[in-house]
Amino acid sequence: MADLTPLTRAAPPAPKSPCLTNAPTADRLLLRGDREVMAAAGAAFGLTLPTLACRAVAVADVAALWLGPDEELLILADGAAPAAMVRLANALIGQPHSLVDISHRQTGLGISGPHAEAMLAVGCPLDLHLSKFPIGMNTRTVFAKTEIVLWRTGPDAFRIEVWRSFRAYVLGLLEEASHEFTP
Amino acid sequence: MSAPYRTEAGGRIDRSRTLNFTFDGARMQGVQGDTLASALLANGVHLMGRSFKYHRPRGVLSAGSDEPNALVAVRRDDARYTPNLRATEVELYEGLQAESQNRWPSLRLDVGASARLLAPFLAAGFYYKTFMWPRKAWDRFYEPFIRAAAGLGKAPTQADPDRYASRYAHCDVLVIGSGPAGLAAALTAAASGARVMLCDEQAELGGSLLTDQGALIDGQPTHAWLADALSTLAALPNVTLLPRTAAFGYFAHNLIGLNQRLTEHLPTAQATGVRERMWSVRATEVAICAGALERPLVFPGNDRPGVLLAGAARTYLNRYGVTPGRRVAIVAGCDGAYRTALDLHAAGVTLAVIADVRPAADGPLLRAARAAGLIVRAGMTVTGTGGARRVTSVSLAPVRADGSVGGVSETIPCDAVLMSGGYTPSVHLFSQSRGKVVWDDALKTYVPGASVERERSAGACRGSFGLAAALADGANAGAEAARAAGFDVAPKTFAAEATEASADSVIGALPQPASTKTGEAFVDWQNDVTVKDLHLAAREGFRSIEHIKRYTTTGMATDQGKTSNLNALGVVSHALGAPMAEIGLTTFRMPYTPVTFGSLAGVSRGDLFEPVRATAIHDWAVEHGAVFEDVGAWKRARYFPKAGEDMHAAVARECLAVRSACGIFDASTLGKIELIGPDAAVFMNRMYVNAWTKLSVGKCRYGLLLGEDGFIVDDGVVGRIAEDRFHITTTTGGAARVLAKMEDYLQTEWPELKVWATSTTEQWAVIALQGPKARLILEGLVESVDLSPEALPHMSVVEARICGVTTRLFRVSFSGELGFEVNVPAEYGRAVWEAIWAAGRPHGLLPYGTEAMHVLRAEKGFIIVGQETDGTVTPDDVGLGWAIGKAKPDFVGKRSLARPAMSAPNRKQLVGIFTDDPALVLEDGVQIVAAPGQPTPKRLIGHITSSYPSAALGRSLALALVQGGRARMGETLYAATAEGDVPVRVTAPVFYDPDGARVNG
Repeated sequence: MADLTPLTRAAPPAPKSPCLTNAPTADRLLLRGDREVMAAAGAAFGLTLPTLACRAVAVADVAALWLGPDEELLILADGAAPAAMVRLANALIGQPHSLVDISHRQTGLGISGPHAEAMLAVGCPLDLHLSKFPIGMNTRTVFAKTEIVLWRTGPDAFRIEVWRSFRAYVLGLLEEASHEFTP
Repeated sequence: MSAPYRTEAGGRIDRSRTLNFTFDGARMQGVQGDTLASALLANGVHLMGRSFKYHRPRGVLSAGSDEPNALVAVRRDDARYTPNLRATEVELYEGLQAESQNRWPSLRLDVGASARLLAPFLAAGFYYKTFMWPRKAWDRFYEPFIRAAAGLGKAPTQADPDRYASRYAHCDVLVIGSGPAGLAAALTAAASGARVMLCDEQAELGGSLLTDQGALIDGQPTHAWLADALSTLAALPNVTLLPRTAAFGYFAHNLIGLNQRLTEHLPTAQATGVRERMWSVRATEVAICAGALERPLVFPGNDRPGVLLAGAARTYLNRYGVTPGRRVAIVAGCDGAYRTALDLHAAGVTLAVIADVRPAADGPLLRAARAAGLIVRAGMTVTGTGGARRVTSVSLAPVRADGSVGGVSETIPCDAVLMSGGYTPSVHLFSQSRGKVVWDDALKTYVPGASVERERSAGACRGSFGLAAALADGANAGAEAARAAGFDVAPKTFAAEATEASADSVIGALPQPASTKTGEAFVDWQNDVTVKDLHLAAREGFRSIEHIKRYTTTGMATDQGKTSNLNALGVVSHALGAPMAEIGLTTFRMPYTPVTFGSLAGVSRGDLFEPVRATAIHDWAVEHGAVFEDVGAWKRARYFPKAGEDMHAAVARECLAVRSACGIFDASTLGKIELIGPDAAVFMNRMYVNAWTKLSVGKCRYGLLLGEDGFIVDDGVVGRIAEDRFHITTTTGGAARVLAKMEDYLQTEWPELKVWATSTTEQWAVIALQGPKARLILEGLVESVDLSPEALPHMSVVEARICGVTTRLFRVSFSGELGFEVNVPAEYGRAVWEAIWAAGRPHGLLPYGTEAMHVLRAEKGFIIVGQETDGTVTPDDVGLGWAIGKAKPDFVGKRSLARPAMSAPNRKQLVGIFTDDPALVLEDGVQIVAAPGQPTPKRLIGHITSSYPSAALGRSLALALVQGGRARMGETLYAATAEGDVPVRVTAPVFYDPDGARVNG
């Protein structure tokens, strides 16, 4: 038998700009199903999954992001996915749904500071003004030539979820954009 | 004061801050606030360029972005060398180096000016006529000659080292132009609370107010009012002010392109930040307040340096403190020209003559000029100008009541001629927004018609001339825009006290005596188009203004005909005897003013031009010397050369390792989709050609996906993880396409199916182990799962653990050898890879790349979608008819496959090809013919789809699609290579281990 020393998840290097951070290593589940599924799933976590389009709810160590009428992205603590999947499977017995572990599919990036909106505007064509993209809003959108999930977590703070192989591209653009503000 | 034409006082310049600059190496001085053009004029320099075709000496004509003549290059260094800048827009800075263009050896002595002697041969459409014969001379002589002689400016010789920014922005109201209309619009809209952006191409906001003198707004002199208005706007949090920002393009759905120049005006040592910023502004509402462009008068010699627009001269005087000459002639075609006369007179400049070319010259400003004691000679025309590189005289003649020119021309000495035919509304952006302009008979100009986008024009750009009218119109537009964007506001009111000009103006060529040659009466300065050229076009039968434009090139230069369009229309209207309204206007193209490539590229340069995707194992491959290839956006290891090895040697070694021991391969880029739901098998049955119902849990099947046309679009192994769960793999390039296709069908065709597809491409790192020793290597690493052929036969999948993490372990093969694909969560990918690598090395494990993978699969006759298929290939064509579930009622593409042509015996079918010469490796794509030596066009019956040297076979092999290929086994055909027809033999497309014993090992 091989060496059974537990493997640790490879983490990407820290961003160069002080406005950018790697989100803590997290587990992620993608849940698909109808409204009843979402209600039951929320109950299993003790929260109400967002029913309003493009809104996220976050409690202590679970965040649920509305991605579509039948699609929620759940962001959990590192290592929490297996137990959560069991919990959800039990809560959803007999209810058609899809639950997929995508913990490693994507990574999280934090963008914060007074220039966060302007930095994101280098690649995101959405109106990110606080009145149009309030705290708690999230959406799947484009960032230059790739796709991201963008989530506003504070007045000057956003989180990007991006597929792992596109991270370098997104980060590169954001770091390039940060030069406008930190010459 | 070293600048002889600088006034003692006045203007928006800082005379205390002297700036040194050079023009063609000559050292001169300007002051802070100058443009290059104003600084040159202050030094008495009018000659700033040579014309495009005839190399005529040209002076500055205008004071803004409409300048057609004074195109210069500005050099900071070899990389920062920007050609074709308008000297009127180049802001002076300490140490600025400018060069004139389109001249050799110097601006004053230009050998190319001999082109003027060729002018009779360079008339409109000359390139369609003069250089037609002999045909061969075009490539070798005519075109190189024309390209060398013509052309504006030179490209820089080095890569652009500067940084450019790109930014999306949104606002409720975008106001384009900051003259009185734009300011009134912005002040009103801003008061509503709407998010307002105000942009202007000039260095200072204010538009015509920067030049105005004498008028009052709300009781304040215009400059004081402007300063207040700007500080009010600057203090508002909902307002963004963007000077030096040209709105260059109006795109669909109110997307406006703005190009902001950030460091162009700074001395080189300070020009270190982002050089330009490209704004893509999505505006809810737009107020176009672009103003109007002054129209030149068209008369012989109107292009001589020293002849410039009267309004431009007033700008030089009032804004930059520069007089255009000491003894100035004014030729008025509109009332507005008298503002210039009055201001120059007040500045003490001698007015040699004031001639009015209007038949009935009158107007408030004319009367004001007469009241000031100026003598106006009405009913005149200009028959010519004198001088070489600077105007020295103007010739005038009276026009009779019938419009003919009578009497003797009088030549009046002068050192500048200031002309004005009136003002043309700047409808460029409106036209770009797909709005149609309409002829206004009262204003004698085209004005914006009905809006197509959510925009409105205000002020002079829609014919509301005059300060009071522009302010009121702008305020209304600002209020209307804000209300349309959902805000409530009333238009602000402004009290303007100004002498307003009358509306009459002059369009087209001035009347001339019959003897006057019109070949030097310029309509389009930048493209050297004269009245004579337009007349020629009319004589030769051109009627449409669009055709005349293309034939004569009028309005086609980088200035997009800003100064010339309406005069060209006037000349054509006269020549054709048709009213202006019937002639119509040509379309205005973007950009309004030129935009640099740097700004257009923005941040998308170098490594950030496109995403570069790398797998979790990428860095290991880099460390082990892999050579990479691009597969879609992915970087994939192509081969791992050892020192001194070329690709051929490395690939042969890698292939032999797989056949004899084991190879390890990064297959992470394969598309992966997790399909879950009670209807998963139903969905699979409908999407893929195969039958899925009976596939047991833990088993895999090769899936084939067609388009509705029945042709192959993708393939991949699909494993059944549970009754309601499939693990689908796709091609690397097809991953996104297949998922989108599935979503499309689920959302539009079969919304009743309870099944969901989720991309897991990046969730899993995929480590392929292929070769007879694969099991031996894995056995020591995989926990508590039996890897024996009985427990885990070919085409099965099992959940297991490896190195302590969960794996989906597939027993599959794309090489024909015993094979496994270890799927582990991506962030464990490299660690697991390294564990397998360490375990396998004693057994001869080698890494291999995509090139060896291709060879191995070709030896087995496995197709690659996109290589053996090209969108016209059916399953049967490539020998995959067996995959089709015959009993299924339907699947995507089934109906198309039933068409007779889809099973015609002469369709191109997949075969193997052996060249007679075993060392010869054909090129991919080489055509196949049945008989050698055919004359062109040969009858082509197929083509090579894949071709490699095979180490296992010790010879070359190829796959090909050949008409009726399966009935041609053993036949000799010919590959039509560049070196000639090469004999080849048709064989079965499985070259290695045809019975498949090895894969089941």
